[in-house]
Amino acid sequence: MSTFASYWRTREQRLGLKGEVCPLCGKILFPPRDVCPACGGPARTALELSGRGEVYSFSTVYVAPGGFEEYAPYLVALVKLDEGPLVTAQLADVSKDDVYVGMPVEMVTRKIREDGEEGLVFYNYKFRPLLQSVHY
Amino acid sequence: MRDTSIIGIGQTKVGEHWDKSLRDLGAEAVLLALEDAGIERPEALYVGNMLSGQISQQENVGALIADYAGLRGVEALKIEAACASGAAALRVAYLAVAGGMCDIVVACGVEKMTEATSDKTTTALASAADAVYEGEHGLSFVALNALLMQRYMHEYGYEHSDFAGFAITAHRNACHNPYAMFQRPITLEAFANAKMIAAPISLFDSSGIGDGAAAVVLAPTDFARAHGLAGVRIVGSAVSTDSVALHDRDDLLFLSAAHLSAQRALAQAGVEPEDIDFFELHDAFSIMAALSLEAVGLAERGEGVRLALEDEISLRGRIPICTMGGLKARGHPVGATGIYQVVEAVQQLRGQAGENQLLGCRLGMTQNIGGSGAVAVTHILERVS
Repeated sequence: MSTFASYWRTREQRLGLKGEVCPLCGKILFPPRDVCPACGGPARTALELSGRGEVYSFSTVYVAPGGFEEYAPYLVALVKLDEGPLVTAQLADVSKDDVYVGMPVEMVTRKIREDGEEGLVFYNYKFRPLLQSVHY
Repeated sequence: MRDTSIIGIGQTKVGEHWDKSLRDLGAEAVLLALEDAGIERPEALYVGNMLSGQISQQENVGALIADYAGLRGVEALKIEAACASGAAALRVAYLAVAGGMCDIVVACGVEKMTEATSDKTTTALASAADAVYEGEHGLSFVALNALLMQRYMHEYGYEHSDFAGFAITAHRNACHNPYAMFQRPITLEAFANAKMIAAPISLFDSSGIGDGAAAVVLAPTDFARAHGLAGVRIVGSAVSTDSVALHDRDDLLFLSAAHLSAQRALAQAGVEPEDIDFFELHDAFSIMAALSLEAVGLAERGEGVRLALEDEISLRGRIPICTMGGLKARGHPVGATGIYQVVEAVQQLRGQAGENQLLGCRLGMTQNIGGSGAVAVTHILERVS
């Protein structure tokens, strides 16, 4: 469970899906980590990810860790972003019977949990089924 | 580097020890192992433990166990590597003896799980994962393994029931292990109807959570021979790491830390995977058993589950695993598990495994994994003829 300081520190990743790209080998990283795990290069070039991808794997959590009990059962997934990285997140707006490996999804910002009625409300990225394109 | 042997073993039963604390369990295992070796006082004690701080609000466990085992004054430290803490403590003990720094060293693994309610234990176990980018999204440790299992089933076309053999074999073997948590068999039907924890992982895909402690005593093989204690040598020992978060892996379904640590340990021992007579693997979940068999080279990729389906993993199979019940049925007192695996391998190699005795075994491999494959500790043990 992250602290208040950690929540503040990671705001750009959580709310903007901000990653990095390695200038040496071109590997795209999320979450950012500054040292490229592929080549050891200084991967400090910021990159905003599109938030689009597909479900790579998923699970329905019935027995939840502390702070998440009231939301169970809920869906979690590894999402493969169009740019390459895998992201761990919850799925939103979809039932366990409809989700499948390969389902196109997009990032949304949602409440992930709250510390009781008067505590902090925590927001994070989740992924929902990609909305069908609309004609303007 | 000095040739190193295991000269003593000790273990408590895995289970709900309401009458025993972390220190009671740890000290009991240490004293049993020292008694088995006929040693009064070791030079050092390394204690593998993961959750004492979170569950018992107790750190400084090295000094605590040393003190309660009557060893005040010895070198003693806690070693932590999530679920691989036990084997990590053995690794440190091995470095001390093989490296010539100490002669007699005890490696103990201890975990007191039932001091907290199960929701607190679930939260504590999740700390083996990436707290910010996995934990903060509500993923339990089981959920992470479920992501592995779902993808595995998708890529290789398996059904959930195909994994049943791992749990059934483990329970069958635990029936004859008096130290096991679940000394009873389970059926295919029970496996199929088990409650889901994080789909597709059910209760019967998951190892049992219990209290327990185990310990081994290490000494130079020359010392062991001189005192008539020679029996089992450590011929391979290696640790390797991978990313903590699953999403940081380039190849999700290949446990590269398990692969690398096995390769290094096998190379040190000068043997191939097929030379191994039995494998005490890290079946925290049935998917981990399948992935471990593939990572160490005992099954092709996508074929680990086949070994269970074709009954190759039973006591009379091609590659017996979990010979005393494994994590599934002996139980998984997290930081103690790695030492239980080694104690059981020594029982097999000494010919002390009772009903579960493998015939003519000479080489055993143990592998303890921390996190969803983030750290793997492999040991290879050889019977001294």
